[in-house]
Amino acid sequence: MDVFQWLYSDTVKDHFTNPRNVYDPEKDKDFRPDAEGMVGNIKCGDQMMFMLKIEDDIITDVRWKTYGCASAIASTSMLSETIKGMHIRDAYHIKPADIASRLGGLPENKIHCSVLGDKALRAAIDVYLEKKGRAGEFKDEDAQIICKCLNISDKDIEEAVRHGAHDWYTLQEATKIGTVCGSCRARAEELLHEFVHIYG
Amino acid sequence: MDFRFVYMDYNATTPLRPEVRDLMVRALDIYGNASSLHELGRKARAEIEEARANVADLIGAKESSSVYFTSGGSESNNTVFNTMFLIGRKQARRKIITTAIEHPCVLNAAVHLKEEGFPVVFLPVNRDGLVDMDAYRAELGPDVLLVSVMAANNEIGTIENIGEIARLAKVEGAFVHTDATQAVGKIPVSVEEWNVDYLTLSCHKIYGPKGIGALYVRPKTPIEPLIRGGHQENGVRAGTYNNLGIIGFGEAARLAKAELAEYGQGVGRLRAMLRDLILERIPLVRINGHPVQVLPNTLNISFPGAEGESILLSLDMEGIEVSTGSACASGSLDPSHVLMAIGLGPELAHGSIRFSLGRYTTEEDVRYVAEKLPPIIARLRKMSTVPLEEFAQKIR
Ligand SMILES: Cc1ncc(COP(=O)(O)O)c(C=O)c1O
Ligand code: FES
Repeated sequence: MDVFQWLYSDTVKDHFTNPRNVYDPEKDKDFRPDAEGMVGNIKCGDQMMFMLKIEDDIITDVRWKTYGCASAIASTSMLSETIKGMHIRDAYHIKPADIASRLGGLPENKIHCSVLGDKALRAAIDVYLEKKGRAGEFKDEDAQIICKCLNISDKDIEEAVRHGAHDWYTLQEATKIGTVCGSCRARAEELLHEFVHIYG
Repeated sequence: MDFRFVYMDYNATTPLRPEVRDLMVRALDIYGNASSLHELGRKARAEIEEARANVADLIGAKESSSVYFTSGGSESNNTVFNTMFLIGRKQARRKIITTAIEHPCVLNAAVHLKEEGFPVVFLPVNRDGLVDMDAYRAELGPDVLLVSVMAANNEIGTIENIGEIARLAKVEGAFVHTDATQAVGKIPVSVEEWNVDYLTLSCHKIYGPKGIGALYVRPKTPIEPLIRGGHQENGVRAGTYNNLGIIGFGEAARLAKAELAEYGQGVGRLRAMLRDLILERIPLVRINGHPVQVLPNTLNISFPGAEGESILLSLDMEGIEVSTGSACASGSLDPSHVLMAIGLGPELAHGSIRFSLGRYTTEEDVRYVAEKLPPIIARLRKMSTVPLEEFAQKIR
């Protein structure tokens, strides 16, 4: 799909021009979130922040902010609507593809932009779980095994990147990934690159 | 103000001038092959030679036979770099000096030579976008084969000191090329005054058709065809003559030359007006490019805190067409190499917009943009994770 065709679909345009739940520095002065999560880096051109109010593991309210392109704004707006009233476990497992399909699909080269909202949301939920002494509770539920030899998942790679493994060698040192048959390297490097962009 | 359509992306390409269009409609029936000896061929040939003379006149070339028609700026630039490849691979003098802010067609041609083992230098520029002359002098020497510096930059509009750059290169016996694609038709361009050996220009930037351009080659300077075949263009560029494109180019060149002074004043006044209105209405912005040595139509501005593609699309929804320094829309996350080269840093480079005005821009257009832009920037900044105060110092 053509990026511009997508951006001009009625739903996307609506969410871009009237984003839902976006943080307003004046109106939301008194918004007190239970957890916040921020990912991305303006150096790379995009950054995203999620603020959640949570009661009994249900997301009761949400605000977000972004320095990002139109696709990031539209997908995050849609995401923020979707998670209101949701159990944090379900919110944690929302896939960018779900949001994309609600927006009528997503052009290939914009997937990156929509992933950021979902990562920021997870980061916020992780902060919440940590505060409650339940760190890592949802972590492995939807992990994908990348390195079959050593049973290393995408989540493990993500975790390692968040703890400073920003190149292949440090990642290998931290996880031992790719040290047996080596066939996972291409995919693992792809993920490494993606996570470095997000957390770097 | 009521919705209106405002095209401010003239550096990307220009609309066809009605005068050029009319002439081209007539030329649609000039189907003779200009290489043929019969009447129809000779007729076509006469039109083509007239066009060539007009193009030569626009760039101050003494002889119109120094002008070779190509498919555009990219081909002209590649023809020069390919020639350097063919010469340089047989001799010790093979160093190539160019700059970090060239158009991708020059950058990639230079990178290709580098991959082929040529020493290639990409000169840095200062904060205004002018070539660092100390770095340039330090790189010059008897091993330099080609110096290629653009006459004016497409993104920020800075006009380089080509005359001085060429003078220094000549002392070392190097060839000099300038990509004048953005300069031609906007400022006076003269291959004689600048004393360059090669000059690139493209027709679709001067209100003519796309897919046609030219390369000026100084007499007795080596040039090798990129496209081999028949003997057209003295064997420098094969392929049956593009009658329609060339005739349109000739007319566009003639008009550009005749109206150059008037164009510069008109568009320059509107650029200044747009710049002043934006400075007055939007806090914390940075004007990129040289403050005075700049194309009269090009205004590049950074809006920290607001992301470029979001600004571009918001403007587009208001009918305003501009382009951005961030390449996000094209699928790459890298900020513009030009804005990075002038030292902006990714935070500013990602939030930059190029307004390029033209012959059909009106005062109403400028007022419309100055009215629509401030709320767009304010809205994006409000939802931004970037603390604006941080930019107060970074801006200059
Ligand atoms: C500075 C510069 N050089 C070269 C080109 C390429 O010209 P063309 O589109 O005719 O190949 C452009 C056009 O974008 C340009 O701005
Ligand atoms: S799959 Fe990773 S080393 Fe074999």
